[in-house]
Amino acid sequence: MIDFRLGDEYEALRKTVQDFAQNEVAPVIGGFYEREEFPYDLVAGMGRMGLFGLPFPEEFGGMGGDYFALCLALEELARVDSSVAITLEAGVSLGAMPIYRFGSDEQKRRWLPALCAGEALGAFGLTEPGGGSDAGATRTTARLDDGGGDWVINGSKSFITNSGTDITRLVTVTAVTGQKPDGRKEISAIIVPSGTPGFTVAPKYSKVGWNASDTHELSFDDCRVPAGNLLGERGRGYAQFLSILDEGRIAIAALSVGLAQGCVDECLRYVNEREAFGSKIGAYQAIQFKIADMETRAHTARLAYYQAAAKMLRGEPFKKEAAIAKLVSSNAAMDNARDATQVFGGYGFMNEFPVGRFYRDAKILEIGEGTSEVQRMLIARELGLPS
Amino acid sequence: MTNIVVLVKQVPDTYSERKLSESDHTLDRESADAVIDEINERSVEEALKIKEAGEGEVTVLCVGPDRATDAIRKALSMGADKAIHVSDESLHGSDMLATAKVLAAAIGKVEGVDLVIAGNEASDGRGGAVPAMLAELLGLPQLTHVRQLTVEGGSVKADRETEEGITHLEANLPAIVSVTEKINEPRYPSFKGIMAAKKKPVETLTVADLGVDSGEVGLGNAWSTVLEASPKPPRTAGERVEDDGDGGTKVAEYLVAQKLI
Repeated sequence: MIDFRLGDEYEALRKTVQDFAQNEVAPVIGGFYEREEFPYDLVAGMGRMGLFGLPFPEEFGGMGGDYFALCLALEELARVDSSVAITLEAGVSLGAMPIYRFGSDEQKRRWLPALCAGEALGAFGLTEPGGGSDAGATRTTARLDDGGGDWVINGSKSFITNSGTDITRLVTVTAVTGQKPDGRKEISAIIVPSGTPGFTVAPKYSKVGWNASDTHELSFDDCRVPAGNLLGERGRGYAQFLSILDEGRIAIAALSVGLAQGCVDECLRYVNEREAFGSKIGAYQAIQFKIADMETRAHTARLAYYQAAAKMLRGEPFKKEAAIAKLVSSNAAMDNARDATQVFGGYGFMNEFPVGRFYRDAKILEIGEGTSEVQRMLIARELGLPS
Repeated sequence: MTNIVVLVKQVPDTYSERKLSESDHTLDRESADAVIDEINERSVEEALKIKEAGEGEVTVLCVGPDRATDAIRKALSMGADKAIHVSDESLHGSDMLATAKVLAAAIGKVEGVDLVIAGNEASDGRGGAVPAMLAELLGLPQLTHVRQLTVEGGSVKADRETEEGITHLEANLPAIVSVTEKINEPRYPSFKGIMAAKKKPVETLTVADLGVDSGEVGLGNAWSTVLEASPKPPRTAGERVEDDGDGGTKVAEYLVAQKLI
């Protein structure tokens, strides 16, 4: 039967991450954001709690949990701050998950324990300067050198999260490794350890939001890695990536719900303190209706991602549900950030208030991990409309 | 192998509004969220550090109503090995003396205890005397207000910090230690710990199981009685000093008038 209660262990995890976010992240994150500095100590703390290992089995240093547990952690972190949430999301979904899902036993043993402990970060390089949503337009190439011992990689990648921190150990990149019999590009995924000669990490971007997270452009100039660094099957790089992306959408939905709920949290605190025209502003219907709408958006978006996650964990197809969850949640985050800023008035425009940070962090949610347009495209296709 | 018992208390969350019940002036447990007392997270952390530095077993001991199992679970999810939960209707309203008797009896149920770690003072009653009472009842050395602790062989060394200064103490094991908030920063439980906690043994005991006479515990047998309780009056606005260039002088004059300087 239908039951929307969280199991005891999920609830205990949610509460633990909530405590961590409020006690450890909230007091300091504003400063990191302002300085555009990566919060190493917070990431280490998240690592000690096992957050980076949540969906992985214990034999690789994981927590033996599942992807929904990760989503709950992302939501609670993003209620307070999105930079740390996206660092976790990318570290797990894009850094460790492809290796766990497609790696050889040797690759898993080599990379996963440190990634699960949050002592090391991995990144995934798909997007290129000339192509975002159209991942098939990959121009980065990798060819086996004459002896067949090394991949030689050339090209560049854009907007790669966690790719340039002091603890980044690897970037998995997609590259064209040949041509398929039908003339299409053969795309494969290859692990490039940080510090490999020919692999250059550009200075970090100046971003509108997510300013305490690490994002760089990467370039590869005759970068050589051993042939054994191929991740998964040759020619399956794009298909592998797509399967990772569907679950990643649920994670971004959870993160978006967190931001949307964080806006409600901040507003409730503020409207019970702030006075105007002789009353607390929370007594005015104009404010109450706004907050009621915000809560409604966060609530419905949460139901959408819970349900998508439930289908995924049951092993059922969840592509449409994941796209819907991502679409409604990112909308909710954006709408709530706008409304929360309005409720705060002039203070909402000040960086020192969390809602200002939420406003800057919300927009990317309608873009990353598939734009809202891509989500609509996917939903339409799932409904059988022509692609 | 150090065999450690950690005392854990469930208290109303200090962030919520706490009050006493109108009927008998005991803690109104329904009015506030119940959490493990923060100082006990530090007690558990200290026990886990000792265990992890060598070998040991950590038993959580809690006296409290049924819902105190949540506090026990938290301690187990941090990494404690097992728990004893003393839950009995007759304990309702017990004072510190009765509580200490029950705790002493429960500690007696654990074989070969080397060390008992408690919080310095619970954030609800703030009596701060139970560790000392326990030491008296069990005939063990007490090291209270501890901000640093080392276990070496058969002895324990501690830095005891009070307003007067720091005292360096040493005692033979077994001993009773109570810690202050300076002792450590408690860990957050991991998901693995949370899941493992579900499978750890929790022994639930009644007062009769402990061989304690129910005529010695509970509200009716407490040595002191709360006659009346009223909420703290809201803070008044205070006196406002306008600064017309002589604000400093005015503030000083005010303080002098109050005989504060």
